[in-house]
Amino acid sequence: MSAFGRTASVAGAVARRGLHNAFTNPAFLLPSVLFPLFFFIAFAGGLSGVQNAPNFDFRSGYTSFQFAFVCIQAAAFGGVFTGFSIAADFEFGFARRLMLAAPNRGGIIIGYVISAMVRAIFVLAVVFLAGLVSGMRIDGSLGDLAALLVLALCVSMVSTLWAAGIAMRLRTMQAGPVMQMPVFILLFLAPVYVPLNLVAGWVHDVARFNPATAFLEAARGFVSGEPTKVGITSACLLAMFAIAALWARGGLRSAERAG
Amino acid sequence: MSALAHSALPSQVGLLAGRAVRRILRNPAQLVFPVAFPLVLLGVNTSGLDAATNLPGFPTASYLDFALAIPFMQGALFAALNGGQDLARDIQGGFLDRLAMTPMSGAALLAGQLGGALFMGVISAVLYLVVGVAFGAGIASGVAGALVLLVLAITISFAFACFGTFVALRAGTGEAVQGFFPLFFVLLFLSSAFFPRDLIEQDWFRTIATYNPVSYMVEGIRSLVITGWDGEALALAFGISGVAIAAFLALSARALRTRLVRT
Repeated sequence: MSAFGRTASVAGAVARRGLHNAFTNPAFLLPSVLFPLFFFIAFAGGLSGVQNAPNFDFRSGYTSFQFAFVCIQAAAFGGVFTGFSIAADFEFGFARRLMLAAPNRGGIIIGYVISAMVRAIFVLAVVFLAGLVSGMRIDGSLGDLAALLVLALCVSMVSTLWAAGIAMRLRTMQAGPVMQMPVFILLFLAPVYVPLNLVAGWVHDVARFNPATAFLEAARGFVSGEPTKVGITSACLLAMFAIAALWARGGLRSAERAG
Repeated sequence: MSALAHSALPSQVGLLAGRAVRRILRNPAQLVFPVAFPLVLLGVNTSGLDAATNLPGFPTASYLDFALAIPFMQGALFAALNGGQDLARDIQGGFLDRLAMTPMSGAALLAGQLGGALFMGVISAVLYLVVGVAFGAGIASGVAGALVLLVLAITISFAFACFGTFVALRAGTGEAVQGFFPLFFVLLFLSSAFFPRDLIEQDWFRTIATYNPVSYMVEGIRSLVITGWDGEALALAFGISGVAIAAFLALSARALRTRLVRT
């Protein structure tokens, strides 16, 4: 078998196992579905009055405005939840057996990433349905929605690589907050509730340089059918992917050294 | 252990409360994260939702004033979670079993355990108030109001701690206590914590917020910050917290008796 074949075989096996675990054990899948769904309900339901503020200029309505945020958040946290699973695999000894058995260990990370992306598609579908039920307006074309999905999957990929790097270095479920907090902070230091021009104070200054701001603005552009910040978003994602991939590879090496 | 067994109730409570406090102090993650995280969110929300203050009918011109009540609630939630988890760890680790073999009273165990949560409640409430005022929040009810605010915040924190204690005693595992954490957050987010009830546009959300007791706890604290002295808001906040304390203390005492019999 070629090197590619070996990697694909390991990745496929790890992805199948991750998806089997997720879809047969509700305790694994439910948090990643309920968490974004809850934020969607709480923000779109409770804060919709803020769309009446002067200069709030998102044409598709507040539910759609929050839907874009929840898509990115669901994708990012899906990656973090996958990191929790990797840490659990190390804590219970499965990951060590997996590393002994795998002819190409890079495939392990790819498998986890694939599993996270499939889970993200499921979660996004649920959130999308919830949005439609609650009267969400989508002004974007089918192509725009496809672009939104690609954007969310790229975010999922980057966050999974980030969380995998942590999980493989620390190899304990207690590392959960270390995976979660930076993602949480990055997301919430972006224009979550209102467009960037209405964000005040120091968060506005931080948000201007936060890549998550570009992700959110691009996602909202796709939802409203007015794509924006696509170039800067792609560039940021590429750079973050490269850094996160190196980070995950370092984590894998650390786990290999630990034996 | 033998000192504990032969001492009177107040010293039993003192010993166990001291142990609970020491356990918090020895674990910085248990102290720093629950105190710091609500402050970070306060900063983020204050900037993110400042535009809402331009809405007609918004009760204050500063979202910081409006949102200052939120960290008190979040701090209470974290105190409940940590207190419950500590107790669950005692149950899982066999500490409760060993105590059950001594003449220690159940009341001392409950009071001692809640002493740790009360300590967290006091520390975080004082810090949130100081930070809020330092960043420009005005307390409309003045210095006396600030003191009442602290008492109310600590009372609310104690009410949540009683709930966390009940869950820990009933379920006996840290996982079960963790499992209730999202419920706490659902209660907070589906309340009037982030937006005034009369400005919530979605009828279903406003209805949930109206029936959610957390709304009245938040509004009690908020009234002291942005309104001044509002007897109705304060009575509701203290009343709901008091009822929650009485109910969950009674339930905790019953759960403790059952657990001690089991051991």
